[in-house]
Amino acid sequence: MAATSELAAEAERLAPAALAGPAGLGRQLVADRTALAGLVIVTVVLVGALAAPALAPHDPDVQDVLHRLQPPSAKHLLGTDQLGRDELSRILHGARVSVFTALAVGLAILLVGLVVGMLSGLAGGLVDGLIMRLVDVLLAFPSLLLALAVVGTLGPGLLHLALAMTAVWWVDYARLVRGLVLAVKERPFVEATRAQGAGGLRIAARHVLPNIASPVIVLATLQTARLLLALAALSFLGLGVGPPTAEWGSMLNDGKDFLADAPQLMLWPGLAITITALGLNLLGDGLRDVLDPNLR
Amino acid sequence: MSAPLLAVEDLTVTFATARGPIEAVRGVSFSVAPGERVGVAGRSGSGKTVSALSITGLLAPTARVSGTMRFAGGDAGGPRSRERRALRGRHIGMIFQDPLSSLNPTLTVGAQIAEPLRAHMHLSRAAARSQAVDLLGQVGLPDANRNVDEYPHRFSGGMRQRAMIAMALACEPTLVIADEPTTALDVTIQAQILELLVEQCEQRDTALLLITHDLGVLAGVAQRIVVMHEGRIVEEAAVDDLFRRPGHPYTAAMLADLALPRRTQADGGRRTPPLLEVTDLTKAFPIVRGEAVRRTVGAVRALDGVSLTVEEGRTLGIVGESGCGKSTLARCILRLVEPSSGGVSFAGRDVLDCDRRELRALRREMQMVFQDPFGSLDPRMTVQQILAEPLQIHGVARSRRARFKRVAELLAMVGLEPEHAARHPRAFSGGQRQRIGIARALATEPALLVLDEPVSSLDVTTRAQILALLEDLQARLGLSYVFVAHDLSLVRSISHRVAVMYLGRIVEIAGRDELFEHPEHPYTQALLSAVPVPDPVRERRRRRIALRGEVQAATVTARGCRFAPRCPRAQPRCTAEDPALLPTRADDHRAACFFPGPAAIHEEVA
Amino acid sequence: MWYVARRVLYVVPTWLGITLLAFVVGQFAPGDPAAAYFARQHGRSPGAAELARTRHQLGLDRPAPERYLRSVAHAVQGDLGTSYTSGRPVLRELAERFPSTLEVASAATFLAILLGLPLGVLAALRRNSVLDQLTRGGSLLAASVPSFWIAYLLIILFSVKLHLLPSFGTGGLDHLLLPALALGLGEAGLVARLARSSMLEVLGEDYITTARAKGLSERRVIGLHALKNALVGVVTQVGLIFGFLLAYSAIVEVIFIWPGIGRLAVEAISQRDYPVIQGFVLFAGTVFIFVNLAVDLIYQRLDPRISLTSASAAIA
Repeated sequence: MAATSELAAEAERLAPAALAGPAGLGRQLVADRTALAGLVIVTVVLVGALAAPALAPHDPDVQDVLHRLQPPSAKHLLGTDQLGRDELSRILHGARVSVFTALAVGLAILLVGLVVGMLSGLAGGLVDGLIMRLVDVLLAFPSLLLALAVVGTLGPGLLHLALAMTAVWWVDYARLVRGLVLAVKERPFVEATRAQGAGGLRIAARHVLPNIASPVIVLATLQTARLLLALAALSFLGLGVGPPTAEWGSMLNDGKDFLADAPQLMLWPGLAITITALGLNLLGDGLRDVLDPNLR
Repeated sequence: MSAPLLAVEDLTVTFATARGPIEAVRGVSFSVAPGERVGVAGRSGSGKTVSALSITGLLAPTARVSGTMRFAGGDAGGPRSRERRALRGRHIGMIFQDPLSSLNPTLTVGAQIAEPLRAHMHLSRAAARSQAVDLLGQVGLPDANRNVDEYPHRFSGGMRQRAMIAMALACEPTLVIADEPTTALDVTIQAQILELLVEQCEQRDTALLLITHDLGVLAGVAQRIVVMHEGRIVEEAAVDDLFRRPGHPYTAAMLADLALPRRTQADGGRRTPPLLEVTDLTKAFPIVRGEAVRRTVGAVRALDGVSLTVEEGRTLGIVGESGCGKSTLARCILRLVEPSSGGVSFAGRDVLDCDRRELRALRREMQMVFQDPFGSLDPRMTVQQILAEPLQIHGVARSRRARFKRVAELLAMVGLEPEHAARHPRAFSGGQRQRIGIARALATEPALLVLDEPVSSLDVTTRAQILALLEDLQARLGLSYVFVAHDLSLVRSISHRVAVMYLGRIVEIAGRDELFEHPEHPYTQALLSAVPVPDPVRERRRRRIALRGEVQAATVTARGCRFAPRCPRAQPRCTAEDPALLPTRADDHRAACFFPGPAAIHEEVA
Repeated sequence: MWYVARRVLYVVPTWLGITLLAFVVGQFAPGDPAAAYFARQHGRSPGAAELARTRHQLGLDRPAPERYLRSVAHAVQGDLGTSYTSGRPVLRELAERFPSTLEVASAATFLAILLGLPLGVLAALRRNSVLDQLTRGGSLLAASVPSFWIAYLLIILFSVKLHLLPSFGTGGLDHLLLPALALGLGEAGLVARLARSSMLEVLGEDYITTARAKGLSERRVIGLHALKNALVGVVTQVGLIFGFLLAYSAIVEVIFIWPGIGRLAVEAISQRDYPVIQGFVLFAGTVFIFVNLAVDLIYQRLDPRISLTSASAAIA
């Protein structure tokens, strides 16, 4: 609408420089209430996980069968589990496994997806065609099922689980990155750079990559939340970490047998997962608003 | 004057924004008599569109509107009242700027025209449909019976705007408001649409409120003109008076913008050796279908045997409507798009036959300036980085210090300040950004600049400044230009020689004054006659050359003259043979037509 | 018409990709399938000669490409092998249990749309209202809660505390409600977000102003012009959501002891029943391909502009 574009032009004229480097980004994130809430939650979770050995009041693996399934008390703030282990300590140590695995897998799929997507989008032609057929086949398949199948063949275990998830989840990034690369390639400044005599490598590194960074960062944040949930789900099915290691999904798996006697065992790990995922989702949402208002 | 049809009193519109209220319209009063054609002129941000939208109560809820409005003798209520809404579609029809985005993509054109008929006239489905077919016929849409069931995306821009007009006229309203109805269209289509609007309104005795940034458009259409500036009416006058004796300096400035300064010396006696030679250049784009299995089902000839030369220190203007291949030509010259066949030679070197390294070296000497000053600068870079990039690519000014010095030089050259180097592109206006684009092109001291619509997205005043800068740079640095534009007046302002393109071919090429004063090709003549003249008296007397239909894409298999299907002079020979580009009046005035010559009277219509 | 034909044909290469995937999954399985087969048949480990005979008998001594082609040929004829644990044909096991999965996934998709779509549309129409804020917050929360955890919360609330609904097994609607809720709640949030953003985008389009300028009632402007275009964006996602729920139903099936193919697969994984795992990959993949096909065809009906490019590619 002509009227709205007129107003938009007006708004743009009045607006100060939207993004002024990392310092400006930080200020905007803090100003955005959603992003700030997410940032606080994610920071608290990460600090909790990193400092778990110092923060945890007890050894998470020491059993005390005489005091099993205890309700919260001064000694055990969140109570004890079916083997008498301190629930709070297990939650804190569990964060190291759950959150760090999600982050590691997130980073791995980000790298794979970025490389494959950039290659596909920049090379075009046969390379692009082959990669996209592979992506189509993998996408023609729910990722969780595929991860189930891979773990099914490799056998349960945290490493296998991480491998399976990496093998499956990179596709989303590859597709997004390829789409973004194609869009950036169409933008006039890329042609302008080509007209100056720049080669493909310079264009990829100096023009394409910086211009796709924001949506990729947003997706990475939201994707990490999804990974955390999927990881918990697969662990819950007994396909991830085996006992006695503390991990949120497998803690829920253990707790489900004591639903009637100690429902709090189902509460804490679930709450931990939900809060962490919520923090990541809030942060991703806020980042999207700040970095790229045009993104959905 | 009889009792006004529409009377707006003391209209004020304020938008609440995050930075406080913005007054878009401040105390505006005007009226429209029954059957009268009133033009509202103003640059963007003058409040003209906001005023029009408030008449029909279509402003966003964030707008605060005050003032009164009377329509057909009765009170038209508040801006969001039931009375105001009842006028929409029934008594006031509206036409918008962009006919593509203004039509719903998921409904057929017929269904969208039938909607107001069913809502206001309570017609049955069948009656509304047949009425829609009638309306489409009246607005000159070919094959209305079939097209009524098509979706908008199947239509060309001109056809879509015709459909919009049919929709606005559907319920026989007494007033039609058209907001920049031809801004998105090519000049020959603009002429058709304006003519249709006037003709339809006259037939129905419908009043027309035409809103535009282009005073030239109003000269032949409006009877009275209202000029708006910064939310206020600065002048209101009958069309003849306004053009003859503009009463307000702002109006005078708008009129002055219409007449661009012209290079004094056209293609005078000076002869210099050719710097760029293009011979028989052809580019075919395949039409690809399918996803799993891609197959080529045909090809479109974007360029079809184009030959031209550009001499040192001179400007060749290339003009044509959208789809004529002028942008493809610009890109093929620089090998940004790989031509299918033909030759490009630059300073004696074969551009098409050099490897990557040689091409990179060549690009140091041939540079391009792009249309979109917003998109063609990387938003993540500072101006320093943008201007230093070509220096790094070509290894000139190797030290940091040398690059800083060169960037400062370049900025000064295009009239910007050295401290601008640290800022990002978004901190600049469109005109300033285009200056940065020009500075970037000049960084490696090229001999040739290919300019693709370099000022088309700028406002009229900035246009003149950029053109002046380009002329100044040419004089100082001895640059050669290939200047591509769809706007005849721009090309006329800056070029030494001009080539006119139609569907991938050059149909006429000559020295600038020769071409504009003695056009030989019927397409050139039609193009020139379609440009509105900012002189109501001449505009009323003027006869336009009627062109049939719109541009169709030329597939490889097409034969004969590409213009023949629309040409008033077409003979059987024209569709059988290709006319060559041959000398006509003078040796260096060439036209590709079997029947060149001045336009005859019978080709023109009133 | 051509679009439809091409889109249908496009199923073939994707399906072959799925079969290859299923085959590769089988290849990575540790241990010798011939030995495992023999052990299950005879209750003891095979000798060297017996092993060779079994391998030959099962066709495992043939080169990999031939075995792959053979597996495709078998799959086309509906032969997905025999389950190690039950000794019954895999396809029959899957086919028997598929309706239960379909039931819970469909119910969850239905719930997700029923809850999400009106909320999202209303939130867009009343932007920045309390309803809008709640919808946005709620959908973020819904995307953050693990569905299996919701399942237990629902069981604790409705079965253990209130004794309103059964906590496991199949039966009438009352049995279906909890699993469908557990599965569909997260996706309801997604649907609401999509519907909201899609609707907001459409409401800003020029053709909405045109529709208002024609003097149409606001009901028609929103109900026809805006909603139809907004739905175009949501429909593809609903298809993807349905596929996603087919997969995630595995977890809910395990919790609610629901006899679907998801639980079958999880059990097969824990028992290393490779023919069932392989068959499951192939079966679920095939179902998913056809869901995608249906979505693309519906999408094309809704948006007449889609004719040459793949619908799912256009939306991405």
